[in-house]
Amino acid sequence: MILKSMIVPGLPQVLLSPEANPGYASLKAAYAKARAEIEEVNPDLILYYSTQWLSVLGYTFQADPKPEWTHVDHNFHYLGSMPYQFRCDSEFASSYAKEVKKLGYHTMLANYRGFPIDTGTIVAQKLLNPENKFLASMVSCNMYAEKAETISLGRAGLQALEASNKKAVVVLVSSLSSRFFIKEIDPKDDHISSAKDDEWNRKICELLGEGRLEDVSQVARDFGREANGDMGFKGMWWLNGICGETNNFQGNFLDYQAIYGTGATVITLTPKQKIVSKKPIEKKQNIVQSESAPEPVGAYPHARREGDFLFLSGVGPRAKGKKEIPGVNVQKDGSIIHDIPLQTRSVIENVKTILESSGSSLDHIVDIQVFLTDMKSQFSAFNKVYEEYFKDIQATRTTVEVGSLPTPIAVEFKVIAKIP
Amino acid sequence: MKGKIVAGVLAPHPPHLVYGENPPQNEPKSECGWENLRWAYERCRKNIKKLKPDVLLVHSPHWMTVVGHHVLGVEKFKGLSVDPIFPHLFRYAYDLTVDVNLSLKIAEEITKEGLLSKVMKNPDFRIDYGTIISLHLINPDWDIPIVSISSNNSPYYFSNEVGQEQMMKLGQATKRAIEASGKRAVLLASNSLSHRHFTWEADIPEDMSKEHIYNHGQYLWDMKMLDLMKAGKAKELLAVMPEFFDMALAEIKAGALTWMLSAMDVPDYPAIVHGYGSVIGTGNAVVEWNPEANQ
Repeated sequence: MILKSMIVPGLPQVLLSPEANPGYASLKAAYAKARAEIEEVNPDLILYYSTQWLSVLGYTFQADPKPEWTHVDHNFHYLGSMPYQFRCDSEFASSYAKEVKKLGYHTMLANYRGFPIDTGTIVAQKLLNPENKFLASMVSCNMYAEKAETISLGRAGLQALEASNKKAVVVLVSSLSSRFFIKEIDPKDDHISSAKDDEWNRKICELLGEGRLEDVSQVARDFGREANGDMGFKGMWWLNGICGETNNFQGNFLDYQAIYGTGATVITLTPKQKIVSKKPIEKKQNIVQSESAPEPVGAYPHARREGDFLFLSGVGPRAKGKKEIPGVNVQKDGSIIHDIPLQTRSVIENVKTILESSGSSLDHIVDIQVFLTDMKSQFSAFNKVYEEYFKDIQATRTTVEVGSLPTPIAVEFKVIAKIP
Repeated sequence: MKGKIVAGVLAPHPPHLVYGENPPQNEPKSECGWENLRWAYERCRKNIKKLKPDVLLVHSPHWMTVVGHHVLGVEKFKGLSVDPIFPHLFRYAYDLTVDVNLSLKIAEEITKEGLLSKVMKNPDFRIDYGTIISLHLINPDWDIPIVSISSNNSPYYFSNEVGQEQMMKLGQATKRAIEASGKRAVLLASNSLSHRHFTWEADIPEDMSKEHIYNHGQYLWDMKMLDLMKAGKAKELLAVMPEFFDMALAEIKAGALTWMLSAMDVPDYPAIVHGYGSVIGTGNAVVEWNPEANQ
């Protein structure tokens, strides 16, 4: 089970030069408070996911029971060396890898002398568990993984914890915004490098402080794009997956500061009730079922990958989990008034959701077929909204009138997109 | 005497090539594998050895820095390089000598170009595996001092074009430093070409029946780039490079090839393509520019 989770920063300034800036010292103090929270719940292990440990071949798990090295950060080597000797839970590493392998992903147990543990994990471990009081476990961040896969990796972690009957604190080591200063700065003058990033960071801190992990996971993609989130902020998907995908946490906001222009926060999340695991989604190479888009109304997927292309099933304006269809206004006499702009907008947003769940985006659409139920009355309103989204994308388009569509809707898109 | 660049090599760093070769420094042992590229390197090694260089300079994407371009400022490094992605293939004991004077001169020239530089002086620093692999594949005897230059993340931070412009300046700074040093230098651009990996691996990594390029689009782009190299059209190559980065997820986005071509004043003579092959889906070529052979 999971006793507690947290997000902490992984840049070395907090560990190696806290005196250089009051913000770094403040983060170190926040780390100490997080450490006290861990000691209070007395876990069997601390499980880390660091955005600085990248893998290509599926996922790697630290399986050396006693990794030992003197590490130097490639960027901030002038801050000093980080000697470490950790105690790791090899048994749990195997259990976690087994769960992930079941999903169809490549896994690797790293039990090699001198295997390079990343700066982020070292910083977090040295500040949260400096005396190796608790066993540690570490899983890599796959550089290609998207949302569904990363959430599944998290879910598999919870299943592995349940199967091994272990109590864990889970730690996401990640910056918020990740826009570094690219010129030498005096650490005393450190601040968030962009006002926009700062605004986004504060919003994320506010949501997490309220315990709204699921909500943060939902906006992670926007955050990643708008605020240059650390590795697209994908770590938040892992944290959400392993923590049961709810907002049911007691959040404890401990700090938010800048490190070399990036956003750094320490926030702990304590579950208000026992976290219930969800079944991880097995990897099916070609089939895409988006968790955010409305469910299909038949036995077909949202999309299918073939080579570098993504073929979407017909997409209407329905909203996920709602009975009412946006832009379909049912009158008392049973007749329907179609709000074409609203339906068109809703269709495009659904297309966007499916594409993003598949690692693509609106920008990568190459061809669209549009189905309208009444060309004469609907085309102009549809076309105006279409232009808002697609003026610069310039996908090819064919628009046809059809007698009816499967649900009482007036607009449907059939889309082909590239996968970048 | 004025120093000069006696050769430049596109010297990719898949750990698989060292693994396939089974040198004594590498712990994991293989049966064989990736011969087209390994033999390409063997041919290139012979050419480089004949040139009797005083120093090998490497630019590797696996020493990535955010503030400026860093150089090694410690003379001796001895350690174990373990690839974090392929630790089962590459755990290599290295022992190397840095030409610190040339490093410092390069840092000075980088600053004169208006770029930022930093000298890495921490003796505990572990040299990145890209640098180690390219150096081994060119000079497994490790009897020539080296200079290692970090990869600034400007193409990722700004744009391909901005990154490329910076690497052109870095190349010129490197050239001036070499000339001032009076040494015969070989430049190694430690990059593959197209760089989309498979996310799975064959049960036997060296099972060559499983090895192929990730997709045909990548392959076509790689061929287009190699054709330009063979035709001596480095200027045209640089012009299409930003597009290549995006179309083939090219590793040379990090700028090593641009740096090298700039330092060699954008050669207009044909390069020697020693070989091309895929490694876990990525496209790799060993390519040599040798000004003396083309005089």
